[in-house]
Amino acid sequence: MQRVEPLGLSSLPTETTPLPPVSHSHTWASVGRAALIGAVLLYLAAVLVGPMAALLLETRSLGFGQALAAATSPAALGALWTSLLLVAIAVAANAVVGTCAAIAIVRHRFVGRGLVSALCDLPLAVSPVMIGLAFLLLVGEAGALAPILAAAGVKVVFSFPGLVIATLFVTLPYTVREVAYVLEEIGTSEEEAATTLGASPLQTFWRVTLPNIRVALGYGLLMTIARTLGEFGAVLVLGGSISGQTQTATTFIHDAIEERQLEGAYGMALVLAATSVALLLGLEWAKARRQAAHGKATA
Amino acid sequence: MNLRAEHLSKRFGAFAAVDDVSFEIESGSLVALLGPSGSGKSTILRMLAGLEAPDSGSVWFGAEEATHLHPRARAIGFVFQHYALFRHLTVEQNVAFGLDVRRVPKATAARRARELLRLVGLSGLEGRYPAQLSGGERQRVALARALAPEPRLLLLDEPFAAVDAKVREELRQWLRRLHDEVGVTSIFVTHDQDEAFSISDRVLVVHRGRLEQCGTPAEILDEPATEFVARFVGEVNVFPSVVQGGAAVSGGLRAQLGPEHPPGPARLVVRSYDLKFWREEPGVATVERVVPLGDRVRVHAVVDGAGPIVAQFPRRSSLLRGIERGCRIQVEVTTARTYPPEADNP
Repeated sequence: MQRVEPLGLSSLPTETTPLPPVSHSHTWASVGRAALIGAVLLYLAAVLVGPMAALLLETRSLGFGQALAAATSPAALGALWTSLLLVAIAVAANAVVGTCAAIAIVRHRFVGRGLVSALCDLPLAVSPVMIGLAFLLLVGEAGALAPILAAAGVKVVFSFPGLVIATLFVTLPYTVREVAYVLEEIGTSEEEAATTLGASPLQTFWRVTLPNIRVALGYGLLMTIARTLGEFGAVLVLGGSISGQTQTATTFIHDAIEERQLEGAYGMALVLAATSVALLLGLEWAKARRQAAHGKATA
Repeated sequence: MNLRAEHLSKRFGAFAAVDDVSFEIESGSLVALLGPSGSGKSTILRMLAGLEAPDSGSVWFGAEEATHLHPRARAIGFVFQHYALFRHLTVEQNVAFGLDVRRVPKATAARRARELLRLVGLSGLEGRYPAQLSGGERQRVALARALAPEPRLLLLDEPFAAVDAKVREELRQWLRRLHDEVGVTSIFVTHDQDEAFSISDRVLVVHRGRLEQCGTPAEILDEPATEFVARFVGEVNVFPSVVQGGAAVSGGLRAQLGPEHPPGPARLVVRSYDLKFWREEPGVATVERVVPLGDRVRVHAVVDGAGPIVAQFPRRSSLLRGIERGCRIQVEVTTARTYPPEADNP
């Protein structure tokens, strides 16, 4: 809107207080930069590289062959298999539930939406051991749901379903958070465009929404996998770490250390570490390939 | 297809975004919804598209009531302010999207997409992704995409707001030509009066959720219906005045109106180019500043008893002779309008 500007306003002299000259030294700037980078590297070395190197060195002094043999014993393979099974279940469940929950929270307005959103974050804030305990009180021998479970003939505590419940609970936030964040960022206009172009809600989801959240979903699932493999407290409390039944990779390591079988502990730890590295590399590769395919387009 | 909106209203909480708006748009015309930001023009457009449901009122596409029709069933094309191109699809896939979701055979859809890209002058960019295009190119892809399913109504939300000034002027003229070529009834939202007046057949001026005036660009420029419209469509001076004997008087300023004007208080609105200044002692005003603006010159003065006034003259105008800072001048109002002195006028 063009309006008549008040007379003389723009002709007012602008009062400027002279600022002191900024002292600017390239030498100091580069020293500061080197100090910052150095500090970060030192910190990373202390908390990440150090322990990993120690693990590698310790395993070497025991002998890689022995560690490998211990990590491929029937009990170890059983524990690893249990962990992988949990990963598969957690990935499948979170891919669907996480996406649906994120869409519900971001795209729809309903009573209790804020509460649902907060509940999705709860597992991040609560100690897994406490979660395990809470479930134990709910579905354990004297728990509130015990009669129903007994009638249905389902055993939850110290059995595989217990592990699944513990895993699903602790991994709930990751896909929801990642996907919800991206949905918020992207906004609704692409989805609205699809609708005005005649796309059904399902077509809009598959052709527009899903491609846009794919990378976020991938990240969320990667963290789900990492969390599933690494979870200890909740699966110990609810599963009981029964060898050959409810022992997972992490509880196997714990039990091996307890029993002074260091080869097994180190071997399994290395297997888990290698899996994590492979997962990270895989995701980086997928991301790079996606970006190459889309030119400058960013996820 | 004629488009009719009847008593459309929409509230967001306590805020009345659109308040009892009715209009009719003739088939095949290009219409601008003009208003300042927050005036409700985009909400009106979104209600026509079905992206927003009106609280009351109705929308008619010809004889068919479309008020509660789902947006995908309206057969409209919508161009979003920030294009909203599908970033994971190529230009051609973007344009073909509206055909693909209707299960048009792939080959037919691709042919039509390429045809439209030729129409909007983007042949050769079929395989690019939106991120690899300039703003103007994205805008044209968005238009081609909206036109691909042959909509009966094309709606454009601030279509040129996100491109730079030079490209904008080009795109405007191009949109007008494209409209004449395709012939689809089109409505675009803009806050830029030049944009509205330079390419549209009719302009709807919207302010605070209400329709202030609806008419051809000439009608709105020459006969602004309200003080708001008068102020919005040009640089104007506004003075509280008293009408008596067919003239409005405000301090030393006097504007001849005609005998039909009833006496009493009124808001006097004078456009900056409907004024004549000449040097005279004692005169009625003092010149404060003379600002050259390319081919025009803007003169700021203060009228005795009325306050600041701004006038514009062509650079070589004889009216500027002798006009300089600090001199006394006589002021003649060549054309003026008066509006009722409403307290809530901006």
